[in-house]
Amino acid sequence: MNSSASQGSPLGVDFVDLHRHFGEVRGLDGLTLSVEPGELVCLLGPSGCGKTTALRILAGLDHPTSGEVKVAGKDITGVPANKRDMGMVFQAYSLFPHLTTADNVAFGLKLRGNSSAERRKRAGEMLELVGLSEHADRYPHQLSGGQQQRVALARALAFRPSVLLLDEPLSALDAKVRVQLRDEIRRVQLEVGTTTLFVTHDQEEALAVSDRVAVMNAGHLEQLATPSELYSSPATPFVGEFVGLSNRIPAAVDDGRVRLLGHSVDALPGSVSGPGVALVRPEVVGVEADEAGNATIASLSFRGPVTHVVCTLASDAAVGPGGVTADQEITAQIPSGHAQRLTLGQRVRVTIEPVPVLVIAG
Amino acid sequence: MKRWVRWLILLLFAIYFFGPLVSTFVKSTETSPGHHSLDAWKALVTNDEVFHAIGQSLLLCVTTVLLMLVLLLPTMIWVRLRLPQLSRTIEFLCLLPLTIPALVIVVGINGVYAWVNYFFGYSPWVLTFAYVVLVLPYAYRSLDSALAALDVTTLAEAARSLGAGWFTVIVRVIVPNLGAGILSAAFISVALVLGEYTFASLLNNYQTLPVVIALFGKSNAQVSEAASLATILFAAALLLLLSFASRRSRGRKGV
Amino acid sequence: MRRVRSLASWLGVLPFFGYLLIFLMIPTVVVIVGAFRDNTSFSMSNIRALGDSAVLEALWKSVELSGASALIGAVLGAVLAAVIVAGSPTSFLRRIVTSLAGALAQTGGVALAFAWMATVGLSGTVTTLVQDVFGWNMGNSLWLFDLPGLTLVYCYFQIPLMVIVFLPALDGLKPQWREAAETLGATRWQYLTQVAIPLLRPAFLGSLLLLFANAFAAYATAAALISQGQSILPLMIRAARTSEVVLGQQHLAYAIALEMIVVVAIIMTGYALVVRRSSRWMR
Repeated sequence: MNSSASQGSPLGVDFVDLHRHFGEVRGLDGLTLSVEPGELVCLLGPSGCGKTTALRILAGLDHPTSGEVKVAGKDITGVPANKRDMGMVFQAYSLFPHLTTADNVAFGLKLRGNSSAERRKRAGEMLELVGLSEHADRYPHQLSGGQQQRVALARALAFRPSVLLLDEPLSALDAKVRVQLRDEIRRVQLEVGTTTLFVTHDQEEALAVSDRVAVMNAGHLEQLATPSELYSSPATPFVGEFVGLSNRIPAAVDDGRVRLLGHSVDALPGSVSGPGVALVRPEVVGVEADEAGNATIASLSFRGPVTHVVCTLASDAAVGPGGVTADQEITAQIPSGHAQRLTLGQRVRVTIEPVPVLVIAG
Repeated sequence: MKRWVRWLILLLFAIYFFGPLVSTFVKSTETSPGHHSLDAWKALVTNDEVFHAIGQSLLLCVTTVLLMLVLLLPTMIWVRLRLPQLSRTIEFLCLLPLTIPALVIVVGINGVYAWVNYFFGYSPWVLTFAYVVLVLPYAYRSLDSALAALDVTTLAEAARSLGAGWFTVIVRVIVPNLGAGILSAAFISVALVLGEYTFASLLNNYQTLPVVIALFGKSNAQVSEAASLATILFAAALLLLLSFASRRSRGRKGV
Repeated sequence: MRRVRSLASWLGVLPFFGYLLIFLMIPTVVVIVGAFRDNTSFSMSNIRALGDSAVLEALWKSVELSGASALIGAVLGAVLAAVIVAGSPTSFLRRIVTSLAGALAQTGGVALAFAWMATVGLSGTVTTLVQDVFGWNMGNSLWLFDLPGLTLVYCYFQIPLMVIVFLPALDGLKPQWREAAETLGATRWQYLTQVAIPLLRPAFLGSLLLLFANAFAAYATAAALISQGQSILPLMIRAARTSEVVLGQQHLAYAIALEMIVVVAIIMTGYALVVRRSSRWMR
């Protein structure tokens, strides 16, 4: 770890049964969540799920209706925002326009009474950490959106906070800048080692940068898991449908197992029993040319390294409790090299890898 | 800011601003010492001179707003569509009346108004020509923000590609989308014209409402006071109405 | 073909330019030229008359009045604006205040003079009240028609104007700046002194200058309040124009008007310079 950028040992964060009501609306409905010291946890969910509310309560910019917020085991629910020792990066517009980049970064230090020499040194370190050393004397309006957010990150970390909070920091940026910057943020976070909470609605972003992801919906936690666990073993229907793409195939659960396209696979723990809809990832679906196959190709969509192949299943394909419904489609994601040998309308055989699937209510 | 501090400050300002208005009302009812009635207020309608002046001022409001819209709207839209390089110039010209005081314009406009009077007579409504110049900066600002919020070029191109002529583009495509801006420009102009005294009195002593108010000051102060209060309340009511009409509230990002 | 097309474009703005030429440019030119003439020919006599003690005194009084009302108006107006901006942007309080402010600032003029005469004039409500309670006749000193009184009345439209002009600047203070400062550890005072005030300073100074120009050029209120007298420049112009005694006085009006243009132009240039810097971030 870069000794100049790091600080003392990082601290853990706990949300304990957090409620936040806005009149009739329950913004947060009993959120309980623990973040380990030094890890980066994403709060992921659709608009209105409460992720930003939870972050702002942690920062002290909002107050819970009930429940507690703890840092390193200590209850900080009553501590005012300016005494919480947390660095925060906002979605946009948070840099002070009348100060240069360096002065912006050093702002937290100035408030704490650091000498001018100390501030200059530390600001220089932080700007180097985010790769903006040559822009120290520029003003925010002279920087691009991506650069501004990097300055905001440097500013939030300059005073060595115990927790770093990011409120959709990439949402206001162009797609390409977004991808670059999220890797930057992760790199910096790993180097500095600060416990970090990252709010986003973009599941690809969350899967790419996090140690763990907390999927939220309607004010409560759906699942807290590593990105790969979340992807392959969704615990609830919401997570299954929100994270990644899924085919929805009618199927029935019988004694913990599901019959799909002639195969028998395990049903994941969160599944219903009896008839339902199986969520099948496109990349576990295989497509092979076969004149006696169980499907025909409806469309081919080239996506670069992979191609999405949409197939219409024939009525005698063994799917679901009562057989296949008319025009049941299934999307397969296969390497583009393989897809080049396929044509529209071709008869194919569709298979499924024997991985566990989540079956939700139909 | 603490609640009670806020309300204390508001109370102090309320005293300063409403005090004189209340005083005006009280004095306007004192038709003779110790005797109170609403005679002065009735006179606003019954007194010929005053009533006529009110009518003239209201007429001036209408003619000024119309002429301002006819002059400014097509020009601003035209510049945006065909002569964007002139937009800075137009802006400068429209804000110029802020730098050239009305008093100064009056001093120099005698010659021009001799011609105006020759063609149009001596009725107060000829003040319209000068008034349009006075309201220019405020009307320009309202219309400019309304136009900026609209992508005029794209709208015009879409309409043209569907076969619309320039007149249709301006009148039937763009103007209907400028509702709030036009309303704003109109109401601010009305507020200005209702109280305009410099031109009316110095040019030829046209008998608009403010001039008549000043005239009655010596002989029948109660009527002047009633008319003054009425003018201010009317203008305030208009502007209050305007604030409800503009649905898109400015300054969304409050502190 | 191209030349014809662009010519047609320029025809579209002809009415506008023509209108301004007739009703704005020509009067201004008449004033400027007239200042350098007397009745018959080119002459500097009117310009020189600007140095007369009476004119200089009127200029100074105008400056004093404009400066005092601008300063008081700016400070108090900023306070009032800060109080109403704290609520929601569409609150009823804000609507009422801005509507009344608009009416007082734009329509005021003559009406304001009568409102104040009804309050602190010779037989105004407050004058009578003070006389009854304290036995002191305020009306005796005719203070309403001199600088202190004029300043008080001018503030009646300066404060509202400040509210109208300064509110957008306060609206432009993004909540993210306040929240960012808080998370960085700033107290309320630190936020005000290190972020809010530096950001608002250009707008405040600009508004102050605008208020000065507004008071300097104001005519209606003073004219309605003071029927005979030339204590300030605008009233001096009125006197010079309506003078029956000396015919040549008419041209003095041009010279004074020219002086007014120069002063206001200088102030407005200052305004443009001050505001340009902050316009970038106040969006």
